[in-house]
Amino acid sequence: MNIEIVAFAILATIGIASAILLVLQKNPVYSALLLILHFMALAGLYLLLNAQFIAVLQILVYAGAIMVLFVFVIMLLNLQNEQALVDNFNIRKIVSFILGVVLFLQFAVFFLVKAKNDIDIKKSPDSIDAGSIQNIGEALFTTYLIPFEIASFLLLVAIIGSIFLAKRKIE
Amino acid sequence: MEIKSLLNILPILIISLSILILILIEAFHKKSEIFIYWITILTLIFTTFLSLITIQDQSLNFHDTIESGGITNLFYSLLLIISSLAVISSKNYLNRMQYHHGEYYILVMSAILGMMLMASSRDLMLTFLALELMSLSFYVLAGYHRKVLFNNEASVKYFLLGAFASGFLLYGIALVYGAAQSTNIIYITREFDSLLNKPLFTLGLILLLIGFSFKVASVPFHMWVPDVYEGSPTVVTALMSTSGKIAAFSALIISLYGSTASQINYETVSKIIALLATASMLLGSIVALTQTSLKRMLAYSSIAHAGYMMIGVAAANKIGMAGIIFYLAVYGFMNIGAFILISMLETSMEKRLTLDDLSGIYKTYPWFSAVMALFMFALSGIPPFGGFFGKYYVFISAVKADMTWLAVIGVISSVIAAYFYLRVVIYMYFRREGENQNLYATAAENFIITVCVLFVIQLGITPGVFLNIITRFLP
Repeated sequence: MNIEIVAFAILATIGIASAILLVLQKNPVYSALLLILHFMALAGLYLLLNAQFIAVLQILVYAGAIMVLFVFVIMLLNLQNEQALVDNFNIRKIVSFILGVVLFLQFAVFFLVKAKNDIDIKKSPDSIDAGSIQNIGEALFTTYLIPFEIASFLLLVAIIGSIFLAKRKIE
Repeated sequence: MEIKSLLNILPILIISLSILILILIEAFHKKSEIFIYWITILTLIFTTFLSLITIQDQSLNFHDTIESGGITNLFYSLLLIISSLAVISSKNYLNRMQYHHGEYYILVMSAILGMMLMASSRDLMLTFLALELMSLSFYVLAGYHRKVLFNNEASVKYFLLGAFASGFLLYGIALVYGAAQSTNIIYITREFDSLLNKPLFTLGLILLLIGFSFKVASVPFHMWVPDVYEGSPTVVTALMSTSGKIAAFSALIISLYGSTASQINYETVSKIIALLATASMLLGSIVALTQTSLKRMLAYSSIAHAGYMMIGVAAANKIGMAGIIFYLAVYGFMNIGAFILISMLETSMEKRLTLDDLSGIYKTYPWFSAVMALFMFALSGIPPFGGFFGKYYVFISAVKADMTWLAVIGVISSVIAAYFYLRVVIYMYFRREGENQNLYATAAENFIITVCVLFVIQLGITPGVFLNIITRFLP
């Protein structure tokens, strides 16, 4: 058995388990901590795919910056314990739950059976370089120069919009 | 060579630069709204002329990510003209609501930048970012007046559902990339035939379609439309429902255009689009029958119109593509005219205008009701106006693609829709006069309405001229 498959199995199990536990928690702080665990598992999966840069970003941005935001929001809003998911089940939620499961199964069957040959599982030898910082930087400043610049405009609009909507007083 | 590429995308550069300049003016200058308003309008008009002048030289720039000239510039000028009409009317409306701030124009300009990029993008990464740029600006604009609850509701609903749809779009792009090993639209459309044999690509395409149909407001992703169109400030609704739709359709047409080459493999996707079109047309027309709120009625009519345009996408032939662009132009002018007319009656953002507010209005404001009636006739597709030819070309394309049933459903739903459009006319002319009818008309509004009326009539009398221009630039 390949060591990669073992690592994948462990990381995937941690990822799925933490995601399910996250939703089922009553205390939002526990949910936030489980989310960190989930991000860590995802970062590990990225590493297995030879995407070192994305893995580092995942930890830095999500587990670092975004999580601090989450914790701050939880602290500031002074959230009470959430009602457990099971307590307020009604017919609507059951139906949407079933539909969600059906969609998930459809996708799973699709990927495992129909599209099996479309996904190239074998890694080419130069894919180790593809995820490196050097190659990503090169792509960003040549092929994807315009999208890269537009991303900065996207951030600018996000900043302006949030300040405009949240400013205390508008003259 | 890079300098040449920069010159080719000059319209986009000018708009981006003007956004940065406007931000600086807004930051360092008190009471800068009027100043910003004029700069915005001048920039929009200048860019329109620029893109019309350079329409002949077609080229691909920056590693095939962005196209300039030809059909792209046609979309630019369409988007810019229609957006500038909405911008011109904004000043008086926002002044009346006592909420006139420079940020409005900055956000509108960023939305326009996003829309222009959607039309010119030839790379799915750029298309996604452009769509997000447009949507993000619209989310904020929908909730522009943060003290009005309606605006907050519209903004939150739009944001939550929009973020959900973006997820579908991004997943679709990821799957398409997985199947095609490239995000370049030109490459993907060229290889369309062989790629459609891969189930992964088909699934990606369908998810892409879901993402786009959310933005063009077609069934079953229409749930946000009535609430958002009704809740947002009317000038913002005018912009969203016209330019936003043009931009989303331009991206959809461009990413599906290669499909015209392969009718056989395209059939699955085509059937799905035809189904979406049927549902949108019928639901839009039938639900609009029961609406009394004017903006809500126009929102459902916008869903129905998205359905008519989807017919052209399903038919996927040249006349269909040209028909959609023609339809988009006419729809833009008549819808923006109708929304601006409604905005002229509004006294506050909390008030929702109903049909009763229009009753008997022709006695006090004969011109207003005449123009409103004209837009309603045009929207329902009555011959002398442009709306008729928009529908005509789209239905022709369905017949040519062996989908006559789709055209028949289109005609049936137009007949149903005529009821609620004409009801507006009946209220205006044959009902007893209502109370407190005030019309806030200034030179700016009169100018916009005149432009819209001229275009709607012009496109109805000589539709061939514009159609020839479109077909010349279609590849």
